[in-house]
Amino acid sequence: MNRLDNRRVIVVLIFLSVGIIFSIRLLYMQVFTTKWSDRAAVISEYKMYTYPARGIIYDRNGKKMVENSTFYDLVFRASQFKAFDTTALATLVGLPVEEVKRKVKFARKNSYYLPYEFVKQLRSSQFEIISEQLFNFPGVIGQERTMRGYPVPAAAHLLGYLKEVDSSDIKKNKYYRARDYIGKGGLEEAYEAELRGVRGVQYILRDAIGEETGRFEKGKYDTLPTKGQNIYSSIDLELQAYGEYLMENKIGSIIAIDPQTGEILCMVTAPAYDPNLLVGREKSKNFRALQLNDSLKPLYNRPIQARYPPGSVFKVVQALVGLQEGVITEETGFPCDKSLVGCHNHPSAGNLYSALAMSCNPYFYRVTNRIINQRKAKSIFKDTELGMVTWTEYMKSFGFGTQMETDVPNVKSGYIPDTAHYNKFFGKGRWAYSTIYSISIGQGEVTVIPLQMANFAATMANRGFYYTPHFARGIGTKGNIPERFKQKHYTKVEAKHFAPIVEAMRRAVNEPGGTGSQAKLNNIVVCGKTGTAQNPHGEDHSVFLAFAPMDNPRIAISVYVENAGWGGSVAAPIAGLMIDKYINRTVSDTVKQRKMHELILLDRHVKRTNTGGLKQHQKQKAKNKAR
Amino acid sequence: MRSNQVTFGKIDWWLILLYLVLTAMGLMNIYSASFDPVHPGILDQSQEYGKQFTWYCISLGLAFCILLLEGSFLRGIAIPAYIVCLFLLILVLLVGKEVNGAKAWFGVGSFGIQPSEFAKIGLSLMLAWFLSSPERRNTDINKLSRSLFSSIVSLGGYFGLPLRFLSLFSWTQVYTFLIIAVPAAIILLQPDMGTVIVFAGFILMLYREGLSGNLLLYGVFVLVLAISTLMLKNTTVELPLLGPDVPGKYVILLLIAIISTVALLAVLNLVIKKKRRRAIALVVTATLVSGAVVWFVDSAFEKLSPHQKERIEITLGLREDPDGKGYNIDRSMAAIGSGGVWGKGYMQATLANKSQKHVPMASTDFIFCTFSEEWGFMGSFTILVLFMFLLIRLIMIAERQRVPFTRIYAYCVASIFFMHVLVNMGMAIGLMPVIGIPLPFFSYGGSSLMAFTILLFILIRLDAERLDVLK
Repeated sequence: MNRLDNRRVIVVLIFLSVGIIFSIRLLYMQVFTTKWSDRAAVISEYKMYTYPARGIIYDRNGKKMVENSTFYDLVFRASQFKAFDTTALATLVGLPVEEVKRKVKFARKNSYYLPYEFVKQLRSSQFEIISEQLFNFPGVIGQERTMRGYPVPAAAHLLGYLKEVDSSDIKKNKYYRARDYIGKGGLEEAYEAELRGVRGVQYILRDAIGEETGRFEKGKYDTLPTKGQNIYSSIDLELQAYGEYLMENKIGSIIAIDPQTGEILCMVTAPAYDPNLLVGREKSKNFRALQLNDSLKPLYNRPIQARYPPGSVFKVVQALVGLQEGVITEETGFPCDKSLVGCHNHPSAGNLYSALAMSCNPYFYRVTNRIINQRKAKSIFKDTELGMVTWTEYMKSFGFGTQMETDVPNVKSGYIPDTAHYNKFFGKGRWAYSTIYSISIGQGEVTVIPLQMANFAATMANRGFYYTPHFARGIGTKGNIPERFKQKHYTKVEAKHFAPIVEAMRRAVNEPGGTGSQAKLNNIVVCGKTGTAQNPHGEDHSVFLAFAPMDNPRIAISVYVENAGWGGSVAAPIAGLMIDKYINRTVSDTVKQRKMHELILLDRHVKRTNTGGLKQHQKQKAKNKAR
Repeated sequence: MRSNQVTFGKIDWWLILLYLVLTAMGLMNIYSASFDPVHPGILDQSQEYGKQFTWYCISLGLAFCILLLEGSFLRGIAIPAYIVCLFLLILVLLVGKEVNGAKAWFGVGSFGIQPSEFAKIGLSLMLAWFLSSPERRNTDINKLSRSLFSSIVSLGGYFGLPLRFLSLFSWTQVYTFLIIAVPAAIILLQPDMGTVIVFAGFILMLYREGLSGNLLLYGVFVLVLAISTLMLKNTTVELPLLGPDVPGKYVILLLIAIISTVALLAVLNLVIKKKRRRAIALVVTATLVSGAVVWFVDSAFEKLSPHQKERIEITLGLREDPDGKGYNIDRSMAAIGSGGVWGKGYMQATLANKSQKHVPMASTDFIFCTFSEEWGFMGSFTILVLFMFLLIRLIMIAERQRVPFTRIYAYCVASIFFMHVLVNMGMAIGLMPVIGIPLPFFSYGGSSLMAFTILLFILIRLDAERLDVLK
């Protein structure tokens, strides 16, 4: 028997090895990995989120631009389902019976614990009717959701809208969960974190059937929601709505800035849409219609996204730089030499004032030529390159060609060509002023966005500096704005050189026969400059840039109206009406107001898109080449 | 009758202590697992803990009675006990009530008696009696230790002589097999797979009593082979150089062929001529048997019903279905894993109890979950250690016996406890397929508590007179 006695050791070793394997397994499961405790949390807890009210956006006069309105989602909790009459439910919510059946079936199969969305965003009036019947349909529950409402249907673009997060939003910011809402575009996006607040969470224990059985650890980890902060914007809602009213049936933009602070008073884009369209059940349908089925691109936010050639307005900038560089004085005269660059028929300008008043192209050809070619190098090419560096710096100091760090997203920067651009395009040392002269009259490669033009108007009003244009007057509390909006940005042109130009702008509006006389107001001295941006695709764009009053300016404005012809015809009167509205709070010239409101320019856009436009574009190109 | 004073003096107090600690933990744990706030009383007979407490008291009474019995009486009732057990097992098939698809219970009011639990006692006594009888131990032809292995090898060596097959097994081996197989077959009719698997644990006892140790190794080898066959079943492997995708089954067969060839070459070159014939026979037999096992497991698996296939696939990790077929295991492991180091606290389970209902059968088959969730690794490890102590103590007791009867019986008890712990805990932590058998002293159920108590106290009583039996 002794032979077998050692077998006890084997038996004990078998026992112990099982004991050791089980110990290691338990140690791994319970101590070293959270895989199963995470799984337990998924099974036995669910997080109930409480969403705080989203912050409200006020205009500068304390009017609500955006407020919260309550909507209801009907959700289906498969775990609480008891058989009910699907046909009755279908009639109640107004869906086809098959769809209701399909949704119930799908939810019971795939979404046992998570509430499955049944009908989205019912207005509270609709929900009131339905809610009385809901007890007939166990498992169908109304869930409150806060959405946006717009008391005044204006400012859609600059406010932005709310949408449900998609996978890329969740990837970018871990805060978001499916079915959360996020602000897109405009202020809703820019101040998303502040407006949103922080949702609260409750960890609720549930049993295998899905019924609540208590709070996890007696609510130790629960948090309360933090309310979203209100945003006090700089917009004057009345002015904004008025601007949109004037711009009806036109394409273009109006931007007004308070030059003393850089606050944007209004930012009108046309065509606009009613922001209430992007709320509620019809949102996605409406969005698709706006995005795809409208050739006028109403979702396009022109003030910050459209790039236009600045046109004649750019001559003002050239004059300022010329004065600063000392290459001209107020009294400098140049003949209107049409061999340099084309011009309309007018007498030669004997001084800067008349050159600006007549918007003489050859005059400013010469001004910019003097700025750029200061004979600092022997080679004409080298000299141009040196001058170009200086010129680009000047332009950028006015904010042109730079992306303005305002507080709404998707701001374009426009374009100011520099030496690198031309070296790439023509080759180094192979271009001179004669190649690039069209920049002097705001054509060629130069493009600006309307916001930059408005900012230039503000710079003129301030005689040499600007604040980054912005919408925030207060985040959470009034006056709390980012530091960057409080900084003055000085241009490279000294204040003293602004006086003659401002004087020229005053004359343009207030003297008889001035190009901007349509913007003239009785009790306010408006300073303005018309512009006509050549449009290769059709009728020229009407541009007007102004500020008022001349002393202690309170508003700086830029108006772009596409296909409206020359600057004085449409843009100037609209600017005048806007200034009147803002400063006097009422408009005296109702005839002009009606005329501007009733002006329809959309047909021009449609008509001239293809045929004439292209030819003219080619002509222009050929002309440039010839020189 | 001997004086009880002497008997009690020899009682193994370690076992008594372990029994009391484990049962106390078990009762306390059932209270938590099936707590009903409407009936908080621990003696409330409408609740599982109330009933279990009653069973516990009855068990203690039985235990005391057993201690008063004579060892010779206990040895003497082996055959009657076995026969009574067989009778009850057949009876339950005829008049038993069906619970969860198994006809395993005699219904007595709201209580149920499960004869298969008690069959373990009768079977253990019977095996102890049969294997300890002098004629089984003395003649070689009757020995349990007749080597099955050498017989197989000779079969391989003298292929084509079918008569030798009869001498493959000794009569003892045949009888022992029948003693176990008859009740197992009846229990399978209920059906109660769990108890049958527990019977398979007797191989440890048989091993101790002389069954060829190689048999254990073969068992392990076959198990490994079977598991690898199943694991590779649905995969294909691209053959290097040749390119074609080959199903897993053929990969294993190929490996077996390669190993056999190498072994054969080794035998031809390294083994001396005298032993070569035998060694070649060994290699050939091993190859054929391995191939047959792979082929059998593969085709047998296909014959299984879909839900059995799914169960096996889930255990092997080949299939994930946490809310469907793998529900039990998923919830069980989530409960255990969420216990952490220190647990959630007594009565604080959020998955494995009656009110949360996430873990099914939390008071019976999955009782280990409740304890592990509430007491964490400290708790689950403590249970494991206590059971290890119990098993080792049983082996120590077995080995200090002078008579084979008590030793064999002790090994039977150890084997049974071991299988219960192995299968029940293994299932809860996802290392074993889902087979419903109770965790001794923890799972709710009067039959199993009483059966384990009787099993253990018979041993304690027999052990107490180890010095009185002269040999």
